[in-house]
Amino acid sequence: MKIALTALAVSLAGFTVAAEAQQITGAGSSFAAPIYGKWGEASSSATGLQLNYQAVGSGAGINQINNRTVDFGASDMPVAADKLAEHKEMQFPSVIGGVDVIINLPGIKSNEIKLTGPILADIYLGTITKWNDKAIAEINPGVKLPSTAIATVHRADGSGTTFVFTDYLSMQSPEWKSKVGASTSVSWPVGAGAKGSDGVAATVRQIPGGIGYDESAYAEQNHLTTTMMRNFDGKFVAPTMPAFAAAAANADWSKVKNFAIDLNDQPGAASWPIESATFVLLPTDPKDEKQSASVKKFFDWGFTHGNDIATSLLYIPLPAKIQDEIRAAWKAVPGGM
Amino acid sequence: MQQAVALSGSPATRRSSPGDAIFAGIARASGILVLLLLGSLILSLFIGGLPAFRQFGASFLWSTTWDPVKEVFGAGVSVYGTVMTSILAMVLAVPLAFGIAFYLTELAPNWLRRPVGTAVELLAAVPSIIYGMWGFFVIVPIMSQYVEPVLIDTFDGIPVLEDMFAGPPFGTGIFTAALVLTVMVVPFIAATMRDVFETVPPVFKESAYGVGCTTWEVMRSIVIPYTRVSVVGGIMLGFGRALGETMAVTFVIGNSDHINASLFSSGNTIASIVALEFPESGTGSLKLASLLALGFILFVISFIVLAISRTLLRPKLKV
Repeated sequence: MKIALTALAVSLAGFTVAAEAQQITGAGSSFAAPIYGKWGEASSSATGLQLNYQAVGSGAGINQINNRTVDFGASDMPVAADKLAEHKEMQFPSVIGGVDVIINLPGIKSNEIKLTGPILADIYLGTITKWNDKAIAEINPGVKLPSTAIATVHRADGSGTTFVFTDYLSMQSPEWKSKVGASTSVSWPVGAGAKGSDGVAATVRQIPGGIGYDESAYAEQNHLTTTMMRNFDGKFVAPTMPAFAAAAANADWSKVKNFAIDLNDQPGAASWPIESATFVLLPTDPKDEKQSASVKKFFDWGFTHGNDIATSLLYIPLPAKIQDEIRAAWKAVPGGM
Repeated sequence: MQQAVALSGSPATRRSSPGDAIFAGIARASGILVLLLLGSLILSLFIGGLPAFRQFGASFLWSTTWDPVKEVFGAGVSVYGTVMTSILAMVLAVPLAFGIAFYLTELAPNWLRRPVGTAVELLAAVPSIIYGMWGFFVIVPIMSQYVEPVLIDTFDGIPVLEDMFAGPPFGTGIFTAALVLTVMVVPFIAATMRDVFETVPPVFKESAYGVGCTTWEVMRSIVIPYTRVSVVGGIMLGFGRALGETMAVTFVIGNSDHINASLFSSGNTIASIVALEFPESGTGSLKLASLLALGFILFVISFIVLAISRTLLRPKLKV
């Protein structure tokens, strides 16, 4: 029914505006919503496409593309190869985003505190409970750490950001991997949950001793107090655009299938350790080839002309080589460009 | 007079017009539609939740594990949070609502009754999301900075109370959720109480005053016994609302999957976990089935509460 209505709406739109604006629909990741929205606005005059994107969350986006109620789905979590085959879909990344660790310690400025993956995992496991814990003090000589209790804050709603963060903790701590694991929502051993990026930021801000995680774009725009993290090479880096770009550039994309790359903990002295690509799902057996051709045209425009827009919104554009590989992979989807 | 008698005569003697039949049909269909809607709602929740009941058995009801990664789900934490916040809210709301109703019907000067009564009704009309935001940005900071640290220090060292008021002062948690719920249900209970207190025939009260009773004695011995059943019914309606409240609770309860003895610890309720987890549950997944099963359990809890209030109200309605 919904498909029929959408089809009707699309065909009606086609009749009234003539071939000027063709509508494509997408749903999913709220993390990627700002960039798709901006790309949609900026590209419509060049491509004649009108994007209708609903930021309903990655899980709902996957559901919708599986039911074919939208032209493309968007997920922050790569979909497993067998699921892709089962639902006859292909996936490709669109942009990359980092995840920052945010804290609230009175008197401590941004990037003054250094943390490591294992320490972060122990904090979220509840085994490190005070800010002046030996493990934290050891790598932060010269910083006066208070004895405040650590209050961990996490996303209460299912979220791609949570997946990236828990996936990183799973890499860093075998205990985290076996006890908690990685997913869009997990069973948190300690701490309080807050709804949305804004909820996490507000809760951390309200509790002295609070620690949380948020998308880097959100943290940057709201001037949250971030920490430095130790990366794969053992260097401490601050969450900055060059650090995010370094991780993306240093990742080995050739080994993964379906572009399902995990950008957490990549090598390189300047690489920020917690980041991820956000993915787009396209049906390989589209009902209407014209629609999937339009989706490809839209993302092609994004890759060719949209990198500056991505950077201005604090996303990291994909390396040019990967964008070319994605264009090649689109041949699996019927519908010319 | 003649006409009136004719009109009130038995309908069978009058030729029924097709309009009457159509109207009767539509009215009957509307009534049946309600039953069908309710039935299909319960049925679809139950069928949707069946995979979860089948997978985890009856232990789904009390299991406190909620692990989306390993796909092990239990309703224990949410049921505890739902019932605990609602009961706490009732404990706080009933005396407050009684005070409001008592004041409005017996003590308040006439010029004040209308504004206060309207204010109470207005509170009931505020959308719950507003209560959620107010709770999160106003109540939570007050709780975490002033109320909770003081209470934690005060009760430190006293058995039982020490455990009930413990933990880091997040500001969010079961207690804060109960506080916000209290503010939300007080208007309902107070309005019901005021209305039923006013149904007491003045002659009863006047007789009591006549033999020398004080205001409190009139309240305790005349008004309360006369309206007891309806008062309990009003409380149950407030309880029902507290059970199902979603947005306001989601903002302030802290949303964690553990049961803790401390009232300051984070928890969740059935409504809040469904609201938060629903968008990230895949079609056909066990998680979605578990959320639907939770919905079914909430339905059953609400039904029990409603049934209790109905049975309590019945004798009163017959009088």
